[in-house]
Amino acid sequence: MTEAVADAAPAIRRPDLSEARLSRRYAAERRFRLWGQLAILAAVAMLGLLVFSIAVKAIPAFTQSYIALDIVFDGDKIDPAGTRERNTLRRADYDGLIKDALKAQFPDVSDRRERRALYGMISSGGGLQLADMVLEDNTVIGSSQRVWLTASDDIDSFIKGLIPRDVPEDERRVKDIEIGWVDTLEASGAVETRFNTPFFTSGDSREPELAGIWGAAVGSFFTLLVTLLISFPIGVLSAAYLEEFAPKNKLTDLIEVNINNLAAVPSIVFGLLGLAVFLNFFGLPRSAPLVGGMVLALMTLPTIIIASRAALKAVPPSIREAALGMGASKVQVLTHHVLPLAMPGILTGTIIGMAQALGETAPLLMIGMVAFIVDIPGGITDPATVLPVQIYIWADSPERAFVAKTSAAILVLLAFLVLMNALAVVMRKRFERRW
Amino acid sequence: MIRKTLSIAAIAALATVAGQSAAEARDQIRIVGSSTVFPFSTAVAEQFGKSTDFKTPVVESTGSGGGMKLFCSGVGVEHPDITNASRRIKSSEFETCAKNGVTIVEVKIGFDGIVLANAKGGPDIALTKQQVFQALAKEVPMDGKMVPNPYKKWSDIDSSLPDTKIEVLGPPPTSGTRDAFVELAMEGGAKTYDDLKALRKSDKKAFKAVAHSMREDGHFIEAGENDNLIVQKLEANPNAVGIFGFSFLDQNADKIKGANVGGVEPTFENIAGGDYGISRSLYFYVKKEHVGVVPGISDFVGEFTSDKAWGDEGYLVDKGLIPLPTNDRSAIRQSALGLQPLTM
Repeated sequence: MTEAVADAAPAIRRPDLSEARLSRRYAAERRFRLWGQLAILAAVAMLGLLVFSIAVKAIPAFTQSYIALDIVFDGDKIDPAGTRERNTLRRADYDGLIKDALKAQFPDVSDRRERRALYGMISSGGGLQLADMVLEDNTVIGSSQRVWLTASDDIDSFIKGLIPRDVPEDERRVKDIEIGWVDTLEASGAVETRFNTPFFTSGDSREPELAGIWGAAVGSFFTLLVTLLISFPIGVLSAAYLEEFAPKNKLTDLIEVNINNLAAVPSIVFGLLGLAVFLNFFGLPRSAPLVGGMVLALMTLPTIIIASRAALKAVPPSIREAALGMGASKVQVLTHHVLPLAMPGILTGTIIGMAQALGETAPLLMIGMVAFIVDIPGGITDPATVLPVQIYIWADSPERAFVAKTSAAILVLLAFLVLMNALAVVMRKRFERRW
Repeated sequence: MIRKTLSIAAIAALATVAGQSAAEARDQIRIVGSSTVFPFSTAVAEQFGKSTDFKTPVVESTGSGGGMKLFCSGVGVEHPDITNASRRIKSSEFETCAKNGVTIVEVKIGFDGIVLANAKGGPDIALTKQQVFQALAKEVPMDGKMVPNPYKKWSDIDSSLPDTKIEVLGPPPTSGTRDAFVELAMEGGAKTYDDLKALRKSDKKAFKAVAHSMREDGHFIEAGENDNLIVQKLEANPNAVGIFGFSFLDQNADKIKGANVGGVEPTFENIAGGDYGISRSLYFYVKKEHVGVVPGISDFVGEFTSDKAWGDEGYLVDKGLIPLPTNDRSAIRQSALGLQPLTM
């Protein structure tokens, strides 16, 4: 074409169909495709690297070592009066029983420091485990039983091979003498590594070997439930009104601009608002999923409104006109025809908003959900924390074993996100209608 | 559809009302405050929840200043019962507390050392406080006047130090660790200069401005609040030095080593004995008005100040707390259990 222009002589301009130009065009197309593929590859590789590095770090958190000890449930020590009263049984010195068992296993440990190290092999949750056994069935009192007890974090790391033997002793968290004990126990078959079920069923703990994700998962569930219950109806109603009923004037324009702006407000601002309004003015409880959900609902509202409006707009006007033509009222047109057709888009927007809310920590900081909470929340007013906060708290803990827990918690969060996004895809597929 | 959404909205509204009634009574202790005390406070809270019939206290990590603000805001179940602090309560905070009718019981729980550390593979470092100041201050005195910090390498400060670039990773100004480091190490270093010492006497504010300004030319890097992150960065860069709490050095002794400061090694014994120069006291403060209103507060104080927790061999020591001397402990326990109000 350029040649044709340069010549300026020919009156009729024909397309240049020469081989050279054609192959240049094909080459350009191939190049563009290649760049596109490279871009996708780079994105996938980065994501893969991230997930892979997290997964590798998380592996140790999914197993836990247990040590078997022959515990003597001495009636004189647990319940000297023999009343078998629940409170007495609960308060008994079960740690003492574990210490006795360890002493019996390694009778030649007499030095105080060494004894302390010996007792430290079993997690501080061991006593509680025995207490639960006794409370469940108090006939074990007086008997001697082989009990599998949770190993403490350092011993656990050593058994899993995360602490190498060949480094100098003073650079190792597990000393030579402890390695000797573990070897003895291992030789007698008293060491086992099992799948770490407690990680998925218990609440937070300061002991890495006892800490679990369930408390945070339940907290996230309650929080998101409140968020959904508040933001979905309000979001859909406002979108429907703005799109279908509202007159076009300065006021609605202003509202629209504000909704769009609100979507871009940093999330911490919503937290501050929550603190000022929900906590200080209305006096709602701190650290509760109720307040967390309300704050996150404010945050997700703009997302839902914008997505819902887009979905409503995408419903062809012919459907509205047809319904109106059949004598349907405006509300009937909306509820019978337009909303069901827009539902896939609305649901997709909602789930994306929810997924965003699932990953938020900043607004929760202000309303006290960045907290250490052991008890698993039983309702929306119980103190609770959420998954990303749990990740943050563990990442900040000095104990080495929490590194693996942090990565494992990230995997759980990612799993939830994938699940929610998959749900969005399924919903869209199910409700999608073509016209 | 509308009917359904309306009923959902009604449920949400109901839940809001239910929440309001829940705020009126509280049977769970609420603790706020310092992130440095957080690991210890949570350990006690967990133990307390397991070994008594009381609910496990909720512990929030808000920072010392943020905790004080919440704690001093008033009496009543919507305000926290206890606040943790990695420094002593300021007189301004004390006044706010008093104005809002809060009577404070102070409990000192132990010490925390701040260490300078580098990777195992890096050079051994021994510094004085003056050298720390020289390495990190924005301006240093030279020939009688303040000049922008000229030191690029450690060996520029003293030939005994390694011939590597000064690269220190530390916490940001929002951190309590930074406050304490600046106060103990930087001020300590600045005081060794006669001019600055004189300035401190005549104009405390000007002195603080000099001592508290960290250099901003890339030799001191603010690495965020997360100490674990600093440890990981040190591992990757053997020439860098990091500033963080002693418990992180203790937990990562296989990867990093602490620098001597003033000829003293940062070990448990040296910090407990008061020989190591950069260590601070940790506290928690109890709201006396809440004792007896929110159940379990005095039991919690009892658990925290029991030998099994803060003693020389207690579980808090395993978490990295450096205990107080035995005599101090029993005296503090006495006054804490007696709910002796703090005066200032």
